[in-house]
Amino acid sequence: MGFFLETLLGGLMAGMLYSLVALGFVLIFKASGVFNFAQGAMVLFAALAMARFSEWLNASGLGNLWLVNLIAFAMAAVVMFCVAWVIERLVLRQLVNQEGTTLLMATLGITYFLEGLGQSIFGSDIYKIDIGMPKEPVMAFESTFPGGILINQEDLIAALIAACLVALLSLFFQKTSTGRALRAVADDHQAAQSIGIPLNRIWVIVWCVAGVVALVAGMIWGSKLGVQFSLATVALRALPVVILGGLTSVPGAIIGGLIIGVGEKLSEVYLGPYVGGGIEIWFAYVLALLFLLVRPQGLFGEKIIDRV
Amino acid sequence: MSRQIGDVILNVQNISLSFGGVKALSDISFDVREHEIRAIIGPNGAGKSSMLNCINGVYTPQQGSITFRGQTFSHMDSHQVAVMGVARTFQNLALFKGMSVLDNIMTGRNLRMKSNLLLQAIRFGPAEREEIEHRRKVEEIIDFLEIQAYRKTPVGQLPYGLQKRVDLGRALALEPQVLLLDEPMAGMNVEEKQDMCRFILDVNDEFGTTVVLIEHDMSVVMDISDRVVVLDYGKKIGDGTPDEVRNNPEVISAYLGTGH
Repeated sequence: MGFFLETLLGGLMAGMLYSLVALGFVLIFKASGVFNFAQGAMVLFAALAMARFSEWLNASGLGNLWLVNLIAFAMAAVVMFCVAWVIERLVLRQLVNQEGTTLLMATLGITYFLEGLGQSIFGSDIYKIDIGMPKEPVMAFESTFPGGILINQEDLIAALIAACLVALLSLFFQKTSTGRALRAVADDHQAAQSIGIPLNRIWVIVWCVAGVVALVAGMIWGSKLGVQFSLATVALRALPVVILGGLTSVPGAIIGGLIIGVGEKLSEVYLGPYVGGGIEIWFAYVLALLFLLVRPQGLFGEKIIDRV
Repeated sequence: MSRQIGDVILNVQNISLSFGGVKALSDISFDVREHEIRAIIGPNGAGKSSMLNCINGVYTPQQGSITFRGQTFSHMDSHQVAVMGVARTFQNLALFKGMSVLDNIMTGRNLRMKSNLLLQAIRFGPAEREEIEHRRKVEEIIDFLEIQAYRKTPVGQLPYGLQKRVDLGRALALEPQVLLLDEPMAGMNVEEKQDMCRFILDVNDEFGTTVVLIEHDMSVVMDISDRVVVLDYGKKIGDGTPDEVRNNPEVISAYLGTGH
């Protein structure tokens, strides 16, 4: 029992990180109808920026770990704002009212550009982000189960940060006039313009928000695994999450992430031995495939019905 | 009638618009006076919607200019038009389908919201007061349009006639000086048309809003408009009071076809 719970918990923690990346997809898709293929590249770019800034700050003799991380985070956020602004100016603004596919192809281009630019500015080695998260696991429920459960403190903190971010975002979307404008733009570009919502500013805002989400995801992944090129492929792991949860739903991204995280771990442990292991790698994609066959809009997505 | 028709507020001069080789509008000029209801009519494909889209800044005409309250523009910008006080509704509904009736109309207040994003999120102090103030205005519009019962319903679930009202409500939330209505009565039954006519007349009468309205159903337009422009194949073929237009031989032939 203890072992089962431990696996479950590990899955939930990993899932939370998938959710964080998936959230970036959902945000941009909700607000502009663009499937942003570059989300993974943005995670890498943000993480690289933060890793190098904190390294640089450390070298310049700023002792305090908290201060270093705070400043590095802020600087990386500013970099992500610039990236958002440039993307809007040079790419999105030229493509207003174009087909979704055209925009998707454009983000594919942005992916390669960002990956290249990130590595040529910040370097292509493996860097580390040290945000001072405790690495040692703690024992819990020792009295309830024989042997207790090992909980990774680092995962626990990561999950907490992710939860806070999600709460903030839903507050922003539901309660502020800018959030309302974002939802309006997502539904209908032209109508939004007719009531005086400035499309261009909204796009910059949403790419900025997605940039910050990418930064948080990059920071947590980076501090766990180190910042390296493979971070960009984290986005591919988050793809099944958005298919599962629905592209238009923030709660969907969270729950989708958790389901996939847990599913991966449990199937690896309990089904793995029968098929020779390695389930973790393909489990999410098979699940996504099944969902596409049965419920293509995902768990929480909007069903799209075209009236003829 | 309490309203008094004033000076020219919107003046369209020699507008020409073509898409590739197709001339949608050629050399159209007309003016709109403050507080009046001005209709643009014409058979299908006459260029009515194109005209409205030029005024609203969706299309940029190749020639001509538009003067709004003394300022002359060679082309309008959608966002700028809204800021200057021109709101519009759409022929094919363009509501924010996933949002409630209330939220849809609230988006119309967006331009007027000033308070800080952070304060809004936590509903603090001035932001709270501002939200309440806008909400009050929106509730007035909801009462006015008699859609109180559907306040929280996602607009996608409402019947067509009511969606048209929400579309009007969102435009009204801007408190516009000029309201552009693109076929507000298209696809409605007689009862719904009467309701919509009543709303348009009331908006014009109570708020003094200038209304520019497109319609291809002549009978409805003639009853509520002060002056009518008639378009056919992108050309202006008539302009005047409903009676003048009704007796204009060119208009009659455009609508009924010439006798052979």
